[in-house]
Amino acid sequence: MSATVERPVVLNTEGLSKNFGGRVTASGYEGGLWAVRDFDVTVREGELVGLIGPNGAGKTTVFNMISGLISVTSGEVEFYGKKLVGRPAHAITQAGIGRTFQNIRLFPQLSVLDNVRIAYHSRAGYGLRDAIWQGTRFARKERELTERAQELLALFHLQDRQDEIGSNLPYGEQRRLEIARALAGEPKLLLLDEPAAGMNPREVHTLMDMIHFIRDKFKLTIVLIEHQMRVVMGICEWITVMDFGQVIARGTADEISNDPKVIEAYLGRQGRRV
Amino acid sequence: MNRSRFRFLGQGWLFWLAVVLIFLLAQWVLIPRLNEFRRTVWVMFPCIMAIICLGLNFIFGFNGQFSLGQWGFYAIGAYASAILTYRLGERFSYPVQGIVVQVPPLLQKLIPMAEISLFHFDAGKSGLLLVAVLFGAVLAALISLAFGYVVLLRLGSDYFGIATLGFAVIVQVLLINSDLVIPETKGARGMVGIPQMTSFFWAFLFLVFALVVIRNVLYSSVGRAVVSVREDELAAKAMGINTLKYKTIAFVIGSFFAGVAGALYAHLYAFLSPLYFGFQKSFDPMIIIVLGGLGNLTGTLLATFLWAITLEGMRIWLPQGFEAWRFVVYPIVLLLVMLLRPQGLLGKFEFGFLRAPKWPLRQVAAEAAPQVAEATAGNPEPQEERSA
Repeated sequence: MSATVERPVVLNTEGLSKNFGGRVTASGYEGGLWAVRDFDVTVREGELVGLIGPNGAGKTTVFNMISGLISVTSGEVEFYGKKLVGRPAHAITQAGIGRTFQNIRLFPQLSVLDNVRIAYHSRAGYGLRDAIWQGTRFARKERELTERAQELLALFHLQDRQDEIGSNLPYGEQRRLEIARALAGEPKLLLLDEPAAGMNPREVHTLMDMIHFIRDKFKLTIVLIEHQMRVVMGICEWITVMDFGQVIARGTADEISNDPKVIEAYLGRQGRRV
Repeated sequence: MNRSRFRFLGQGWLFWLAVVLIFLLAQWVLIPRLNEFRRTVWVMFPCIMAIICLGLNFIFGFNGQFSLGQWGFYAIGAYASAILTYRLGERFSYPVQGIVVQVPPLLQKLIPMAEISLFHFDAGKSGLLLVAVLFGAVLAALISLAFGYVVLLRLGSDYFGIATLGFAVIVQVLLINSDLVIPETKGARGMVGIPQMTSFFWAFLFLVFALVVIRNVLYSSVGRAVVSVREDELAAKAMGINTLKYKTIAFVIGSFFAGVAGALYAHLYAFLSPLYFGFQKSFDPMIIIVLGGLGNLTGTLLATFLWAITLEGMRIWLPQGFEAWRFVVYPIVLLLVMLLRPQGLLGKFEFGFLRAPKWPLRQVAAEAAPQVAEATAGNPEPQEERSA
């Protein structure tokens, strides 16, 4: 896996910015809060990139802008060279960007199987007419779709839980289900928003193994948000650190952990108070 | 999933046999025992009401879009079909002579008729009714497509409810003044002389049709997309669901059935008045689906008949001059249901064929899974002991 051959760029953002509450004037935005300002990142195929920073640094806002859930104030997002800004969220997902949410957002009243099958919807292969008529085409496609969903569930050890209601699962299984659901969209790029939130160190460890596993199995590129530095240090090849909406450092884990700016963002300035 | 070879609209012969049996039971055993007024108010009208309620439940109960405008689409279906049949009703008449069967005296206890006629109908009028119902429904669906797309694009659920309420009011006002354009409707005076063609057969047929179609859509990928919008619109978007498209689809399907119900209503009472299509009445379907449970098809069916027999039936029960007390009982019932059973009368219960099809558990031998098994599902207890 030496980087002698340049791998293709999966995701590239340039000057990505988000302003909340500002007024548009002739000279740009005035007032308001810049949640993210001039965020640049380049992710190459197969990489596992970490995006870290203290609470409120704007990490999730970056994800929301990439996946199209909130509008972009300025800047550009490119995914395999295609511009994404302005496209609706579902089109971005169908283009190959899957994501999970920080506070798990399953479809709470639906079964585990349905949660995954919804994500297969865009490739269901039948439309409203087939659904009403319930012919052989519907039966075949629905079976294919369900079997694929069941295989995916099996990979995450949820196959016995398929008929349970999503919100009744224990926390760890809900996290796994959400990742399974994101993978059902057959993404090329997976955005994981704090997958380790609410987990103890041992669970975090197993989660890291799982992230490595799915990256190799599905040939994914992964961008991961985390605000605990320790978590990211272990698995991410490249780390971007944000604070107050701006990138303050980027590099490998070692470079980051010795960067004075990063230490300041996390621990405060040294010597101010004992 | 291969229970039997015969399948029509996804249902096996057992289902269709049950449908025929229920129809015959109602047609031969129940209806002859009721007088003209009660068979209309207790049997035929609730069948029609159930169609619009199933449509509304699809929109509000399954897709989560609060719509008070179904009454407007009901009116559109009613008037559109009535205008079609008003002139043509007399022209199409091809009676088909069926057979007359004598009911044996033993059976007459059950079937209170001396003889029953089978396959005795008017092919011309039936065809005309079918065309009229389809015309009314398609018109309602097209208008809902245009309205729904524009409004859903901008408004979320609650605001959408207000916009649709406005739509229902607009439709009523247009109907009051409609005789300026279409003299047949006679505007505020009400439209008389519509051929009375809706029999129990047609009301029942369209109810079964509506039920099966909505059930089939619901338990398909399209239906899952529709439900995902209710569950979590943001997550649905992130899963690649075009939420605007599926909100519109649900709205159009629901409005289509409102149009069907309206067309049947017009030919049941043979009289249409814009007064009946006022927005106060548009809360009736909403009351019914809340009573039956949002997102519960069985509950909607039962609640419609319950509503027709008890609440609307109060017009029969209450002494003369006390009919207005219905509007005191209505809100009290609604309030009690909201407080005591917010999930509806039946909760999550559904009749057999209305339940989601179950898929057998499959043991997939995923060759790469053990790695994750150890990592994620491995038994954590021993490790805990070690670390403690």
